[in-house]
Amino acid sequence: MSAILKLPAWLRWPLYVLVGIFVLTVVQSISDTERLTQVATAREMLRFSVPIFLAGLGGLFSERSGVVNIGLEGMLILGMWFGAWGSIEYGAWAGLAIGMAGGALGGLLHAIATVSFGVDHIISGVAINILAPALTRFLADEVWESPTTSPRTESVGDWDVPFLAGGTIFGNETPDILLSIGQTEIWFVHDVAQLLRGLLRGTHFVSYFAILLVPITTWIVWRTRFGLRLRIAGEDPVAGAAQGINITRYKYVAVILSGVLAGLGGAFISTELSGLFQGGNSAGRGFIGLAALIFGNWRPGGVLIGALLFGYVFGLDLRDLDGTASHAMLLVNTIALVGVGAWALSRNRTTDAILAGILGTLSFIWWVSSDTVPSWWSNILPFVLVLLVLVFFAQRLRMPAALGMPFRKGDS
Amino acid sequence: MSAAIELTGITKRFPGVIANDDVNLTVEKGEIHAICGENGAGKSTLMKILYGLQGADEGTMAVNGEVVTFNSPNDAIDRGIGMVHQHFMLADQLTVLENIILGAEPTSGGGAIKFKEAEAQLAKVAAEYGLTIDPNDLVETLEVGERQRVEIIKVLYRGADILILDEPTAVLVPQEVEALFDNMRDLKAAGATILFIDHKLDEVLEISDSITVLRHGKTVATMRNDGVTAHDLAELMVGSELPTPETGESTVTDTVALSIQNLTVVDEDARPVLEGIDLSIRKGEILGIAGVEGNGQGELVDAIIGTAAVSAGTIGLLGNDITKLSVRKRREAGIGYVPEDRHREGLLLDAPLWENAALGHQTQAPYGSRWFIDRKGTRRQTAEIKEQFDVRTPNIDVSAHALSGGNQQKLIIGRELTSNPSLLIAAHPTRGIDVGAQAAVWEQIRDARANGLATLLISADLDELIGLSDTILVMLRGRLVAQVSPDDVTPRDLGAYMTGAATQDDGQAA
Amino acid sequence: MIRRIAFIAAAPLAAFALTLVISSLALVVFGSNPIDAFSDMIGHASELETQVDILNRATPLYLSAVAAAIGFRMNLFNIGVEGQYLFGYIIAAQVGTMLALPAIIHIPVILITAMITGGLFAAIAGILKVTRGVNEVISTIMLNSIAVAGIIAALQGRWQPEQEEFTATTLGTAPIDDTGLLPNINGLVEIFTREIEQGGELTGMLLVAIGVGVAYHLLLTRMRFGFDLRASGLNPFAARAGGVAPKQMIVAAMFLSGAVAGLIGMVELAEEGRFPADPIQGLGFAGIAVALLGRNHPGGMAFSALLFAFLDVSAGILQSTQTATKEIVNIMQGIVLLAAVIAYGITKRVQTREEARATAEALQSVETNTEVTV
Repeated sequence: MSAILKLPAWLRWPLYVLVGIFVLTVVQSISDTERLTQVATAREMLRFSVPIFLAGLGGLFSERSGVVNIGLEGMLILGMWFGAWGSIEYGAWAGLAIGMAGGALGGLLHAIATVSFGVDHIISGVAINILAPALTRFLADEVWESPTTSPRTESVGDWDVPFLAGGTIFGNETPDILLSIGQTEIWFVHDVAQLLRGLLRGTHFVSYFAILLVPITTWIVWRTRFGLRLRIAGEDPVAGAAQGINITRYKYVAVILSGVLAGLGGAFISTELSGLFQGGNSAGRGFIGLAALIFGNWRPGGVLIGALLFGYVFGLDLRDLDGTASHAMLLVNTIALVGVGAWALSRNRTTDAILAGILGTLSFIWWVSSDTVPSWWSNILPFVLVLLVLVFFAQRLRMPAALGMPFRKGDS
Repeated sequence: MSAAIELTGITKRFPGVIANDDVNLTVEKGEIHAICGENGAGKSTLMKILYGLQGADEGTMAVNGEVVTFNSPNDAIDRGIGMVHQHFMLADQLTVLENIILGAEPTSGGGAIKFKEAEAQLAKVAAEYGLTIDPNDLVETLEVGERQRVEIIKVLYRGADILILDEPTAVLVPQEVEALFDNMRDLKAAGATILFIDHKLDEVLEISDSITVLRHGKTVATMRNDGVTAHDLAELMVGSELPTPETGESTVTDTVALSIQNLTVVDEDARPVLEGIDLSIRKGEILGIAGVEGNGQGELVDAIIGTAAVSAGTIGLLGNDITKLSVRKRREAGIGYVPEDRHREGLLLDAPLWENAALGHQTQAPYGSRWFIDRKGTRRQTAEIKEQFDVRTPNIDVSAHALSGGNQQKLIIGRELTSNPSLLIAAHPTRGIDVGAQAAVWEQIRDARANGLATLLISADLDELIGLSDTILVMLRGRLVAQVSPDDVTPRDLGAYMTGAATQDDGQAA
Repeated sequence: MIRRIAFIAAAPLAAFALTLVISSLALVVFGSNPIDAFSDMIGHASELETQVDILNRATPLYLSAVAAAIGFRMNLFNIGVEGQYLFGYIIAAQVGTMLALPAIIHIPVILITAMITGGLFAAIAGILKVTRGVNEVISTIMLNSIAVAGIIAALQGRWQPEQEEFTATTLGTAPIDDTGLLPNINGLVEIFTREIEQGGELTGMLLVAIGVGVAYHLLLTRMRFGFDLRASGLNPFAARAGGVAPKQMIVAAMFLSGAVAGLIGMVELAEEGRFPADPIQGLGFAGIAVALLGRNHPGGMAFSALLFAFLDVSAGILQSTQTATKEIVNIMQGIVLLAAVIAYGITKRVQTREEARATAEALQSVETNTEVTV
């Protein structure tokens, strides 16, 4: 275990993911479902994860600069409307850009309130979350004559990765290696291949871009001048100001950037996930993005894993009409909780271990004594998962030291 | 040759206060120039102006003969001015290197920091001035002396040849002060000009070439350090001799008020931060705790007041075991508390004074009862505290943040002492307040002692500790390592115990 | 004193003026005449029946605002009022149907059930915060979704009355006996006014809401618990050193907040007689807005609840006269909130500076005569 912890993060996280898939495979082999590792499941997971991840990554920029951003949900909603409008009026790519601009507007408002006027970050965020849906309803009503829906939007489309998932290069067909492996029926190997193929075939450009944002963000935040100054704004702004850094400017840039990313997430929802603007379709993804941010310990790779985890449950729920996959998830929960319990025991965290044990047992009893689960349970599973993740991990994490604190020039 | 710094007629007003009033200051190149004055004399404001953190309302500044205006620290840095702040300006979670290069990062075209180059440059600067530090340590892991060294290197890295050191000795023990002074002499030898802010007169006399005294925001005098005595300086600073804390006749009785046995407190990772503490305070006794900050004094206070969980041992108040009681029950049982940081733990800054007076005693007469707040009683009591403890305020409805530090502290001391406690915990009771308030606080504590109050005094001001205490215990790494009598101990001796340079093997303290 | 009041009123008035300007611009841009729209709204609101509607709408908004404000006063952000009231609402409705009691007992039992349920549900977030360090903003939002998307839907199906034919509209609970329904208070109003027409009924919960407002005021200003609550909000560290147990305080405040939230649904329950298939939603978030606009002050929140209710009710008249889109009222609510929040940020800074200056000046006039003595 400790050997694993010494691995670099880019090796460690994929390893965790493989372990996760292994558990899914084991559970699936003793269940009545095949959905846990299907290609479509992975595709849905990614589709649901992208907006959560983008919101979470937006949160990362904002919170690394010390500004709590509960307004991500509102910025996501602005991105949904502006993205749809831009896509309808000016085409798919313009839609994404306009969606980002819409989100940036929300970010700007949040920055003005919190950075310039010292408004409590949560209060400002709540205000933006109330203003954004009102604004989009109004605009939708004026523009499309319906406060809640738009006409169909255009999507920028998707792309298959050549060789791995049978994409084309300059019009030439390439083999679909993962398809071949997926069809082999080799236990575990074909499951991994299917899930991977789901990520690489028919995947939206924004999704690829989102995944690329992990190394890009890591580089920006930890290797560049901008990133260092961003972090000082969140860790110790007074020290930064004493070194002549314009803290206010960095906070503004970070918060606006968080709006841009959340806006892109929103545009993705309306142009790709739903294919139109629909009020309420944000479905709390901005908030879940924040949960992914916390789960990921304010690091890009962690945020992605968190978003994929939540996206997986959402995606599974969508396709699980008979409740068998959600039923199998009870066993996955049990195993995960046992794992958490064991980890807690190894760290001498008895309370955590007992709690995990109790919850794991309950989950196991439910699994044994039933064949399917009611639909309301699958509906709330993503939210329960968010809570569980926070219950076990919230205390282990370290947020930026000056997160949520007001800063004024000349303070010391 | 023009002076390194020349300030003429600097005036800075804050709402209702003139912090600097027509200040003139000339610092020659290559000298160590001390600025002294008591708390609130305007030293820090003056330095902030000089470093571009605040703008002056009137007056001119010249650096190396050129008249300058600073809009931000960047302008000051560009002119070769660097500042080592009293409260370290270091981010704990960043590395030493990141902290140092911040604001002057060597970057490639794409904005990527060239960490290798920065490291080489840092090594060069450090070697030049004979300072050592590991650039890749997290600042979090450094000790106070090391942090200060990082601060100095940070300033040098930016190419400063005029250094402002704002009360650099406040956080150091005497031995560390020596090391700092050695560094300062080396810097001077290497051609640097140093502005040194302090109010410990012996230190000022030891290190400086020239001295400027500020009082009530005005320059009172500038002189060469040549035949000047501490007495002269004190007189210039406050208009009379500096008050010194003294307790006079012993009033220690035989009744034990606080008795602590084998107290152990652990941190989140189950490491002991307080281990096997045994001590007792009798009525009429002031027990002083000496120690470098962060060696368990805070945890000791938290354990007694009830905000830290005790993992072993017992705490008794007047013979009753209070180890398991809540904070509220302990306060009701008669523990008065003057916290180390009055803004953090002592006051509700946005609430009126009369509500602040009730804080900590809201369940007891005259402030209130189990269920209700007695507004009339509270206001009457607050008015009384205002009179008795000389809290200077127009009325008791102003918010606490509107008062000066000294008056805030007098309010806190007042509310704690008027509740007739059997034990007073006083953590750094005179930190950051002016001489007048300081003397008043000392007098109040002395009077309470004479009336039989048991006091636990924690202070970084060793003169205060020696002057007020009946007994002094020294804390190091969560343990009591020495017991000394204030009658025959010097700050230097205390410093040796505090750093572990000297030990007491006879087990008196245990 | 007048200066003080002007200070307090300046920010919301400025925010409201700004709101009028921005929303007028928005209307002009989309080709509506703001003056027509606003005069329609005001004309409509001057009718007695509309005023009853406004009060009926303001009542749950006010309760929701007080619920949120209890948390806000100690910097505890209960964003989950929505889920808490729906949960309290459905449980109370079900308990109400199962009981046959005289009104004097039946009604209080239902109200108290709603409060306890809402309180316990909210307390979960408090317990998670103090035992597991889970941020209450996220946890209350998640609990919201769990309540709304899961539990309520499941219970609506389970408890629907047995009928020949199940349709979507039968979802919910069975009707409560009349003894469980709070009567309207038209009689009280009609002492002063003409008869309320068009079947308008002024909700009896208005009196409960006023009672809650008074209780909230007394709690904060007269009760030791309220002092502890405010102290925790102003400075949690000082409060703790002053004997306030932070963990108990957090759980207690969340419970209290949820308990008041539980009352919100009782307005609709008195009207519908059951938990319906599509209960009124969004009151929780609107209440947060009302609390922020009213600065968590019992009187300020009453004003802002009335303002929000006026805007909500005006949507109806705009829809029928077509002078402007009814969605403009939502915009106005959003803008007035954001503008007020910023305006409060500004006034707080000005106020702090002013007070420091005034205090220093008052002292200087005294101290020039008495030199500091040592």
